Amino acid sequence: MKCRKCGGRAALELRRHNTAFCGPDYVDFFRHHVLETVRRWHMLSRDEPTLVAVSGGKDSLALWDVLHDAGFRTTGLYLDLGIFDYSRASKARCQAFAEERGLELRVVAVAEAAGAPIPAVREATRRPTCSACGLSKRYLMNRAALEGGFSVVATGHNLDDEAATLFGSTLRWDESALARQTPVLEATHPKLVRRVKPLFRMSERETAAYAFLRGIDYIVEECPFARGATSIAHKELLNRLEDTSPGSKAMFLQGFLERARPRFRAGETVTLVECVRCGQTTTGEICAFCKLRDQVQRAARSARPVGADPAEPADPPGTRGLIADLHAASEIHAS
Amino acid sequence: MKVILRNQGREIEIHGRRRVRELLAELSVLPETVLVIRGRDLLTIDEVVTEEDVVELRPVISGGRR
Repeated sequence: MKCRKCGGRAALELRRHNTAFCGPDYVDFFRHHVLETVRRWHMLSRDEPTLVAVSGGKDSLALWDVLHDAGFRTTGLYLDLGIFDYSRASKARCQAFAEERGLELRVVAVAEAAGAPIPAVREATRRPTCSACGLSKRYLMNRAALEGGFSVVATGHNLDDEAATLFGSTLRWDESALARQTPVLEATHPKLVRRVKPLFRMSERETAAYAFLRGIDYIVEECPFARGATSIAHKELLNRLEDTSPGSKAMFLQGFLERARPRFRAGETVTLVECVRCGQTTTGEICAFCKLRDQVQRAARSARPVGADPAEPADPPGTRGLIADLHAASEIHAS
Repeated sequence: MKVILRNQGREIEIHGRRRVRELLAELSVLPETVLVIRGRDLLTIDEVVTEEDVVELRPVISGGRR
């Protein structure tokens, strides 16, 4: 296969575009598409301080690379989920990326904010891990942006992420989720920072290829809690469709954004107020993150009976590690 | 050739030369879900891989929501 631009050996074929590129020309193609998306959707301007949420994975690091290279004023934000070796390895990737380019990386630990790392939050709240994780990320991204004076947060959501989310919402006919799905989440409240997804038109494979060709050292291993997640099953289904009919994922998402979303949006009336506890936005009195933190603290208290010798935990052996984590984390939080 | 399946954490030996497209089909891997890497190069589906090659199939699917 030959590169469409230079005629040299192709590194990547793009079946949905019926074309192929060599490495250098593909890098140019990818950057052009991302920056064109940023421009067309009025996502960012070069003089605006932008917080880029990075996980150590291919998408967020590729995004940071494109934006930094194009002259945007970017700072990285890494949310330390406390997921054992996975978090240690992903944080190291982000730190190395930032250091190599002389960029600032801010680190926020979920354990400090929520009272426990994600694995313990899951046990304490009985929420599915990805749900507790997603809630914590959205909350902490917004808080970090507000506190740091950033007017926008950019995330690495790609075409596959967005198409899979849309597919899941459509299966459930979740009108509220359908109304909210957009690559630009506007700041509809003074305490809500705008969130944008400049990679939403690029597929996972296209983003992975860019990261590889740019020599970005990203974490290839998957989050241990993502195994068996519904969104992964939806991505696999959509990729089967893409295989027989290239362009399906983009058509599904683009058609929704252009033609269907405005109808769902018209029926959506959500009023945001400030959480009475933390001041972040919510639709009720207390935000979901403060409720989650309460649950974590309650679980920690109930695990430590009054008068019990802290050196001799009374909990079943299987929960001792978790309870120790919760105690340690709640002490960090209290300080 | 040696095929490294990164998502499964294992390596397999496959004999004979063939196109990447055929290799992926034999392993029931959709082209859209992996990068095919040989050394420092990405391979397109029409490239031929031979007995001496070491080929990595690197998964591209990530993320999780329930």
